[in-house]
Amino acid sequence: MKRTPHARHLPLLVTASLVLLVFIAGALVYPRFASFGVVRNLMVDNAFLAVAAVGATFVILSGAIDLSIGSVMAFTSILLATLIEQHGWHPLAAIAFAVIVGGAFGLAQGLIIQAFELPAFLVTLAGMFIARGGAFLVHPQSLGIKHPFVADVLNERLSLVLPVGPHGVTIPLLVDIALLAIAAAAVVLSFTRLGRNVYAVGDHEQGAMLMGLNIRATRLSVFTISGLCSALAGVVFTLYQQSGDPAACKGLELDAIAAVVIGGTLLRGGIGSVLGSSLGVLLLGLIQTIVTFQGNLNSWWTKIVVGFLVLAFVALQRRFTR
Amino acid sequence: MPADSPLLSVRSLSKRFGAVVALDSIDLDVSPGSIHALMGENGAGKSTLIRCLMGAVRRDGGTVLFEGTACDPASPRHAEAAGLSTVFQEVGLIPHMSVAENITLGRESRRWGLIDRREARARARRALARLGLTIDVDQELGGCSIALQQLVAIARALDVSARLLILDEPTSSLDRRETAELFAVLRRLRDEGVGIIFVTHFLEQVYQLCDRITVLRDGAHVVTRDTRDLPRPQLIAAMLGRTPAAPGASVTSAAPADAAPLLRATGLRRRESIEHADLTIPRGAAVGLAGLLGSGRSELARMLFGIDRPQGGRIELNGETFSPRSPRDAIARGIALTPENRKSDGIVPNLSVRENIVLALQARRGVLRSLSRREQDAIADEFIARLGIKTPHREAPISTLSGGNQQKALLARWLAANPALLILDEPTRGIDIGAKQEIESLIRGLINGGAGVLFISSELSELVRACSRIVVLKDRRTIGELRAPGLSEEHILEAIAAHA
Repeated sequence: MKRTPHARHLPLLVTASLVLLVFIAGALVYPRFASFGVVRNLMVDNAFLAVAAVGATFVILSGAIDLSIGSVMAFTSILLATLIEQHGWHPLAAIAFAVIVGGAFGLAQGLIIQAFELPAFLVTLAGMFIARGGAFLVHPQSLGIKHPFVADVLNERLSLVLPVGPHGVTIPLLVDIALLAIAAAAVVLSFTRLGRNVYAVGDHEQGAMLMGLNIRATRLSVFTISGLCSALAGVVFTLYQQSGDPAACKGLELDAIAAVVIGGTLLRGGIGSVLGSSLGVLLLGLIQTIVTFQGNLNSWWTKIVVGFLVLAFVALQRRFTR
Repeated sequence: MPADSPLLSVRSLSKRFGAVVALDSIDLDVSPGSIHALMGENGAGKSTLIRCLMGAVRRDGGTVLFEGTACDPASPRHAEAAGLSTVFQEVGLIPHMSVAENITLGRESRRWGLIDRREARARARRALARLGLTIDVDQELGGCSIALQQLVAIARALDVSARLLILDEPTSSLDRRETAELFAVLRRLRDEGVGIIFVTHFLEQVYQLCDRITVLRDGAHVVTRDTRDLPRPQLIAAMLGRTPAAPGASVTSAAPADAAPLLRATGLRRRESIEHADLTIPRGAAVGLAGLLGSGRSELARMLFGIDRPQGGRIELNGETFSPRSPRDAIARGIALTPENRKSDGIVPNLSVRENIVLALQARRGVLRSLSRREQDAIADEFIARLGIKTPHREAPISTLSGGNQQKALLARWLAANPALLILDEPTRGIDIGAKQEIESLIRGLINGGAGVLFISSELSELVRACSRIVVLKDRRTIGELRAPGLSEEHILEAIAAHA
């Protein structure tokens, strides 16, 4: 027997339709909108947000929240720049190190939440301040990176080329990283015990405990993954900006949370998908692109539209997930 | 293992929580292929014993042999791996996951490190087939009835090849038909050699189903005997630690004339809740609401209390039209409700017993006329004594009390506010006989004082004893009213059965 699509998948369908609709609308109104360049920029400009949203999806699915994402990104970015520019590290080594630091930061937040039974909101709020302050401690202002490897990323010498068409389709490295993170997260969430435990813990923690699931390990994993994703998002951001900046990405965790919610994930946990979050990021990016194309609109209009979208989706979920 | 040796053998198991002895040297033997009832009043230690067996809490002393080997699980996970499974009172499953996932979660078969969903479905179907169930394993668990969810929980236990299955109050949310289905499944498992510990408050179910009975009282073992050797009066006596009063004569308040009833509701309806309900509650009388699960009893109560607004019909209170828009309106007019789900809707867990008791009274008086601490203490002490609420102190957080005592405190809250109409929604669910009798005598006290009571209960014998009229609901409609004399469980069942 085939199931009819359940009402709780509706937000995801709505998001997908909106992405299509907004894109078609843009293409109809602005002549140069439906071009390869616009799509490419849309993906490149939002790659770091997509990676951050992957981590936020894990945390929110488990019923928690992580407010430290933006600060950890900034910390990663200035750490990378300092290591490469002032200490002569190879970018790859610096990236590996920075990602490990991010994971450790997330794990530490998870351990504190577990050990003292504190709300994730407060612990990650503290983490947000600590990581931000730490970023300025590493280096007090932005620092450009001139290493040739980093330049190669931006001029697309380091890109995946799909063997399609006469010249192949080039997918920039930053987008590759984002797509890889999304795909990996989707597999983990759907096809591993860890992933299913994340849903179970977010849906009904007491039940998950009585079923003998390891809640502690699940929660620790979730915060570690969020830390890893924040650091990776910081790496993508740094490569994108070609510089490290301790003041960057302020409030980016809120953009990530907005993308997750617009993507149909329940803030209470237990329902949602990383595919939805990616569509949410895409939708946010598309709205930004439209506002830019319009030209005479203040860019703050993006925020206002996003605000109303979040409201609409929260209302939608309230209606359809009981 | 010899055939006559017990599956589970518990000796001198003890557990203390701080200064309180929760379990004092408990012995228990469960044979394979038998259903063993575990009975006792609230606070007897049944839940603690189960939690100790499952490793949810660690025991302080004693030995547990399972299949002849020492068994000391560190967590429910370890207990399950050893072959012990528990289906908890509030079904501990994940509502938004599929039936198949709920059965296999945490021990999914994997191929190349990834979950094999096809195998999960096959395993779920196999486990359900052992229960004689063929259902769509892809459907979401939360969409299934409570009864089906419970069977899924049992299937989950079977999927780990549990040899000992513990069921904690599995029938408290099931109607008769569902209970019969559950029993058929349990008998089937017993015949396959599974040992079952069955915790319940329903005496009749024990005699229908169980081979052996163990009674605990105040954390100590009282008696273990074959069911046929332990007749009902002796069982009740063992549970209460005293000879129970003869079944109370039914309340004999002469039905007052309907000329000026306390409350009259006519033609109430609300989509997905009540199709049509008529109800009259006289002054100084208890009216029972009888009906199967899902017949609309609680839904009707919710309308009278202003939680849900009727979409049709009218309510008159003291002869005036009454359309409450919120519980606040209802409380202001002297209506009180103890909800069905005391944990989520009733108590304020972190407040003390005293604070929980004076809550409604304070709300009625308003913030400006606050009760002095002395008055509060006096009221709390009075009700703790009158209702026999077992609490170390009136300042103890109410969440530390057992279920029955929480329920009594909740009743005290409304009694303190001296309501004109008290609606009791399943006040005796999950509480012991002693507390039940006390609640029945409280109802009598209230109606003698001229108040009206609307009493909702699944236990028909209780309704018959406590009420002078019983309104029967079926499929979200009131189908008739029975009046004393001539009230009996059989009459109610006939009324439900006869109304096609």
